Amino acid sequence: MSKVLEIRWHGRGGQGAKTASLLLADVAFNTGKFVQGFPEYGPERMGAPITAYNRISDTQIRVHSNIYDPEYVIVVDETLLTSVDVTKGLQKNGAIIVNTEKTSDEVRPFLNSYEGRVFTIDARKISVAALGKYFPNMPMLASIVKVAEVMDEKAFLEEMRGSFKHKFASKPEVIEGNMKALEMSLQEVK
Amino acid sequence: MSIRERLSGNEAVAIAMRQINPDVMPAFPITPSTEIPQYFSSFVANGLVDTEFVTVESEHSAMSAAIGAEAAGARTLTATSSCGLALMWEELYVAASNRLPIALALVNRALSGPININADHSDSMGARDSGWIQIYSENNQEAYDNFVQAYRIAEHADVRLPIMICQDGFITSHAVENINLLEDDIVKNFVGEYEPENYLLNNKTSMAVGPYATPAFYMEAKRAQSQGMNNAKQVILDVAKEFKTISGREYGLFEEYKLDDAETAIVILSSAAGTAKDAIDKLRSEGKKVGLLKIRVFRPFPAEEIAQALKNCKAIAVMDRSEGFNSQGGPVCAEVKSGLYNIDEKPLVVNYVYGLGGRDVKVESIEEVYAALDKIVADKTVGEGYRYLSIRE
Repeated sequence: MSKVLEIRWHGRGGQGAKTASLLLADVAFNTGKFVQGFPEYGPERMGAPITAYNRISDTQIRVHSNIYDPEYVIVVDETLLTSVDVTKGLQKNGAIIVNTEKTSDEVRPFLNSYEGRVFTIDARKISVAALGKYFPNMPMLASIVKVAEVMDEKAFLEEMRGSFKHKFASKPEVIEGNMKALEMSLQEVK
Repeated sequence: MSIRERLSGNEAVAIAMRQINPDVMPAFPITPSTEIPQYFSSFVANGLVDTEFVTVESEHSAMSAAIGAEAAGARTLTATSSCGLALMWEELYVAASNRLPIALALVNRALSGPININADHSDSMGARDSGWIQIYSENNQEAYDNFVQAYRIAEHADVRLPIMICQDGFITSHAVENINLLEDDIVKNFVGEYEPENYLLNNKTSMAVGPYATPAFYMEAKRAQSQGMNNAKQVILDVAKEFKTISGREYGLFEEYKLDDAETAIVILSSAAGTAKDAIDKLRSEGKKVGLLKIRVFRPFPAEEIAQALKNCKAIAVMDRSEGFNSQGGPVCAEVKSGLYNIDEKPLVVNYVYGLGGRDVKVESIEEVYAALDKIVADKTVGEGYRYLSIRE
């Protein structure tokens, strides 16, 4: 079996973690990959912890289970660090990305002695600067694309501009803000 | 030219429906099938289809409206899940016994209680003897392909029965995956126009639909209905053959995966079959002779063909994603066992109830089943024949 990139998202209902996982599936699909993007199946409630998943592969994906040993974990809401075991099963040679104003060294004590790489990004700051509102999913999407080297950054930005043009055809004024959020995030994830 | 896309299972089925452009769709929303009428109603609103979309007040009414429309001569479809199918129960029998080739997109979900919105097969398994053709899909591609083939089977003069195309709730209905779509005109040509022989809106020939049958006639009516189901097997194979010419994708009554030389095998339906294939590849790389039989067509049940395909195995596990409540096994196992009864050389059979109410099926869960089959082969006896997978006792 060829290698499948497995990613797990932790967020709260309403923050767009599921949407971000579907967007990641979209961009990977557009680079010719086989993809899966799916939420943890259950009734979603605003503010409740939710999980979403991605598989990305060069060959057809047949498995239809949740992901238990991801290579990457993305935490969209840092308050989950004290209530959800976000590093459960996370591979040591992988990485975790946390949305927080803290540095990676400051976050590490909350990660159950996780030994792999830790990245942080202040999605609120970026989103407010770029869009004037707090939508964490664009910064988190850009972060995982960069950290997991899902695709070339320039190709990613071009791809996203194309999909925004389609998605926001009726409100083109938001395209530039979203593009700015992605560009800033590629720089700021550390 | 196929179209490379990424879609959820629900969206894939909705697109097949758009390409078919049926005459009538009565529907009532229920998780996890809600997106199907939701997508489809947007196609109606945007003028992509000229279907009459009927917003009914319950699933009982959805199936009643479907029966009325289909009897009138309109190609009709609907979608539902779980308790929605349960509420259609009475009408399912009316649709089948009146030989109305309605298509239903069923997104499998557990029946209550406890209340649960996740995948299992208790809804469609409960309806297995209602006279509907049942076809199960492993992923979004199969859900789409099976739906494209549905009317060719259901409307065939030798069959004339309603058909439900099943896929697993959330697991495939809400997962976005790669898919190859067919072009609109290719699907339209394949499905063709609906030209019913008898229909209520035909003012040249009067007819009655749903009349009373006294004991002098009832049994013959049921016998004729049963013959339609018997005939469906060959029609399903013929339609699949033709479908291959437009898609390149092959379908049968069931799929065999590495079954030829398998010593142990599992029999399973729908999404968990994909997970099982990964488990098989892993075990094969360790030298284990393991295989899979994935049932695609559960009604009509291809008993003889399945028995032939499994006869050389030493032991098999039949996987049921619904509880039987009969203290001896689930519905899939009962059918497979009765199919095996009439052949001389047959494998030992163990039944597993698994995945109820969305209990996740991992590659490791399937590996456990093969390990148990190894033990059954070594012991030359099944032991407990009615087991549960991944359960806390």
